[in-house]
Amino acid sequence: MSTPVTTPAAPGPGGSAPSGPTVEPEEAERVSAGRRVVDRLIRARELGLIVVLIAIVAITGAIEPNFLDADSLKQTVLNVAIIAVMTAGMTLVIVTRNIDLSVGSILGLSAFLCGDFLTKNPSVPWIVGVLIAILIGAACGLLNGVLVTWGRVPALVVTLGTMYALRGVAFLVTGGRQINAEDLPDSFLKVGSGDLLGVPTLIVLAVVVIVLFWFITRDYAWGRQLYAIGSSGRSGGQAAKLAGLKSDRRVTQAFVISGALAGLGGAMYAARYGTVDATGGQGYELRVIGAAVVGGVAIAGGSGTVFGAALGAVVLGTIQTALIVLKIDDFWQQAIVGLLIIVAISLDRLITNQSEALLRQRSARRRTAA
Amino acid sequence: MSTISPTAPAPDRTPAAPRTEDSIVKTILGRWETLIVGLIVVVFIIGAGISSEFLTGDSLTTGSSDFTEYAILALPLTLIIATGEIDLSVASVLALSSALMGYLWNQGLPMEAILPICILAGALCGLINGWLVTGLGLPSLAVTIGTMALFRGLAYVILGDESVTDFPTNYTDWAFGNFAGTVIPNTIVLFLVLAAIFAVVLHRTPFGRAIFAIGANKEAARFSGLRVNRIQLRLFILSGAIAALAGILLTLRNSTAAGNVGDGFELTAIAAVVLGGVSIFGGTGTIGGVILALILLGAIQKALNLDPDINTAWVNIVTGILLVGSVLGPNIAARVREARRISTRGTRPPRPGRSAAPQSGPGGEGNTNA
Amino acid sequence: MRDSRFTRFLALLFAVVLGAAVITGCGSTKDDSDDSGSAASSSSSTAAADSSATIKQGLNVVVMPKQLGNPYEELEDQGTVAAIKETGGTAKIQGPTDAAASSQVSLLRSITQQKPDAIVLAANDPNAVVPVLKQAQQRGIKVVTQDSDSAPAGRQIFINQATTQSIGVQLAKQALQTAGSAGGDVAVLSATANAPNQNAWIKIMKTELAKPEYSKIKLVKVAYGDDDDQKSFQQAQGLLSAYPSLKSIVSPTTVGIAAAARYVSSSKYKGKVAITGLGTPNQMRKFVKDGTVAQFALWNPEDVGYLGGYAAAALASDVITGKQGESFKAGKLGTKTIGKDGEIVLGPPTTFTKDNIDKFDF
Repeated sequence: MSTPVTTPAAPGPGGSAPSGPTVEPEEAERVSAGRRVVDRLIRARELGLIVVLIAIVAITGAIEPNFLDADSLKQTVLNVAIIAVMTAGMTLVIVTRNIDLSVGSILGLSAFLCGDFLTKNPSVPWIVGVLIAILIGAACGLLNGVLVTWGRVPALVVTLGTMYALRGVAFLVTGGRQINAEDLPDSFLKVGSGDLLGVPTLIVLAVVVIVLFWFITRDYAWGRQLYAIGSSGRSGGQAAKLAGLKSDRRVTQAFVISGALAGLGGAMYAARYGTVDATGGQGYELRVIGAAVVGGVAIAGGSGTVFGAALGAVVLGTIQTALIVLKIDDFWQQAIVGLLIIVAISLDRLITNQSEALLRQRSARRRTAA
Repeated sequence: MSTISPTAPAPDRTPAAPRTEDSIVKTILGRWETLIVGLIVVVFIIGAGISSEFLTGDSLTTGSSDFTEYAILALPLTLIIATGEIDLSVASVLALSSALMGYLWNQGLPMEAILPICILAGALCGLINGWLVTGLGLPSLAVTIGTMALFRGLAYVILGDESVTDFPTNYTDWAFGNFAGTVIPNTIVLFLVLAAIFAVVLHRTPFGRAIFAIGANKEAARFSGLRVNRIQLRLFILSGAIAALAGILLTLRNSTAAGNVGDGFELTAIAAVVLGGVSIFGGTGTIGGVILALILLGAIQKALNLDPDINTAWVNIVTGILLVGSVLGPNIAARVREARRISTRGTRPPRPGRSAAPQSGPGGEGNTNA
Repeated sequence: MRDSRFTRFLALLFAVVLGAAVITGCGSTKDDSDDSGSAASSSSSTAAADSSATIKQGLNVVVMPKQLGNPYEELEDQGTVAAIKETGGTAKIQGPTDAAASSQVSLLRSITQQKPDAIVLAANDPNAVVPVLKQAQQRGIKVVTQDSDSAPAGRQIFINQATTQSIGVQLAKQALQTAGSAGGDVAVLSATANAPNQNAWIKIMKTELAKPEYSKIKLVKVAYGDDDDQKSFQQAQGLLSAYPSLKSIVSPTTVGIAAAARYVSSSKYKGKVAITGLGTPNQMRKFVKDGTVAQFALWNPEDVGYLGGYAAAALASDVITGKQGESFKAGKLGTKTIGKDGEIVLGPPTTFTKDNIDKFDF
């Protein structure tokens, strides 16, 4: 710890270069100075996304006022709910410097099994189906986590493999069958289309999940450790003073949560769309990762918040709907989303560079003052 | 790329510094390729059991020509992954090249002009990727997720819902035909020529050594005077150009240009590269290993497809398991060996492999200090 | 040391190539003899179709959907399997896990090597599959396309669920009927942008809409839901926001119509905007009963497949050769005659309303 540490490259969430007990005073001071600046930046980042969001809604609404009516806005947010829930799990995995490409396949598998169970057992309360979906997702996540930590296989390889394999399993399990809306219990479908206190149930669910994980990662040691793990590889090990075993456990837990939330996403998918076959959720992994990246989660780990990631999902979803409403040719949509991801990460880089310069200036000033 | 589980030491087969641990690398790599050859033999035996049609010239012709595009995409990907970066956009560049080809043909340009334009367009796509990664210092995983959507979107913008099919028969016949009276498809001959060039470049030239040096430790490579950014930029341009070539071949082979071709090809190509023994962290790997992995994957697909009783989904499952197993297996073997060594000697020898190299990273986070 | 590794690699590569060459050597001779044999037998048989001949027992047929797991396609394939079973043969379903033309092509190559008596497929792309299907035919394998055709050179018979013309006209009529007497804006929610049959239907529909009797109907947009539930859902929502005066959404794909109906049934547009197009009764029953959907149409996909199965069996038994005017018995569907370009039309689609929907279960 005595070696001077380079400037934290990428900021933690809300400025967490988690300060271990052994941090020397001078360094602690610098870390906290960094935290203040970075804190402001993160907030600026999230504020920026909110401004962008408002701008999109305002411009689209000005051109096509119908976009602004309550129903349309509600549906826009509803479209995002599933992706946003999965993005929360993905954020936990990415901050530990890992990645989860298997979420789309997990969604497909759990959506079908949940729907299949409820179809065959119409008298069982629907919540059991949801729990089954979450459990299946968690089991798949556990497999990913164990292979990454115990098996020492890079996450990209593990989850690329499970993405293939679980999709294959989904095809075998469905055997060409499809769940139709009329097969599912009405109570379950109401979850997908109904309201809770005037707000669509799926949106309530998504908000609860996002707020829960946002607080856990912001205010609890468990969450801070994820960030510490993510930034340890880079900044010379000053941050994560976690024993290997504990760190393994945290990474596994992050994968389990990502899997469980993909499973929950599967249940939400079944409830909302009513039709499920083996191809459900194909390609979702990239939408989810894209949303996280736009939301300021650094793919190199250690930085980004669940809230930001959820905002990223909302912005991307809103843009997609806005493009349709604005009558922009369908063929442009994918290109624009891709462009947006690139612009978002490029802006992030520029802002980070500037903040580093600012930090360096500050610490230099402080040193001359002392 | 956030593929590093920070707690994960190197898998045994992916040592980071080939020059310092030459002998270990040799034996292990030798063993790895031998293992794949063994697996190929097993698949051939099983395949012969599945169908008498498996061990025929027909299988070789059709099986290999259907794998041409994956194989060609895998070559530049090997180089990029060997430097510790990744390019997920290759299949989208392939589609863009196909769409552009169809568009220009519709505009009445001669094929002789169209082909170089497509390759140039691919190179330009690669330049964009490369500039974002090296110029702006962004992680290649995030960049190429963005450009994957962007380039695919542009392919749709160019050709819309059309598909162009009236390409001149002398070109399509070539792409569909076999080489001078043999059963080897022309496209595979082209691949073999390219593979030979890539093998020589990677294993026999200073440029190739530079690629491994960057993958092993980017900072060290930079300090030792290598122009890291320039080399990586070139690799991305190369990847784009080769992906465009693959797009041309696919278009001619299927006599169809459309925006939706090659969806998901990037994942199969990456699977082949990883299965071929190229570390996803960079620093190791051989073109020979990747070719063997391509043969293995192609043979598995062929064997499973020859039996109508085997669900096609099994190809996905087997590919996924092989992918994870290819890294997991050697890791477990290494652990077993280590455990034995400890129990006999009572001391813990240093781990082979990456312990020598700092956890420098894939995905350009080496640049995060920039 | 470096050299030794390279040498080893070269040796390995050489060994593999040599091995392949040896295998190839034995294989190709065998293939050649096979080819000539089957070509001879097929040429002798194509000389004259023997309409009095009976269907051979024990035919071996492979059925290929556009994609595994697509419920509509599965229904069709079940029909084919049932038909072949009735003729005393066996049919196996083998399809790609994604809807890409290239996956279908590589699978078709492997199926050709299996040398079944016939292949029955729904093509993902009309042209990409032609070379491999031609190869199959050269080896004496009969090829029937159903639901989604390949270029005529690739197949002997195409089972058309209804003529492209009649479906296009039907879609235009649906637009007119559901938009109400005053007419207004309608939109189309299609499958993928490259889907051959949807694109053909929409083209006819547009020509039809240009006619004077449709002057009150204005087609404002063709949107693509990629046969993905969520994307189609989002498209439906976007269409309704973008075109406030929209009267009807016509969706010529089962995924699109279900997603659009689902959106409208839970929105304020219910009862104001009509959803129509092509869908399966099981998927749409809920929305017909709750009043979201007044009418939609479809042929019975199982019948399409059933007819395809009998056509394949008749071809493989040399009862027919695929020429215009030939006829054969197609089980419960009665005698069918081959039309122009080797097409057999199943019949006009059934229109489903709340009065008749309960009579159907597919």
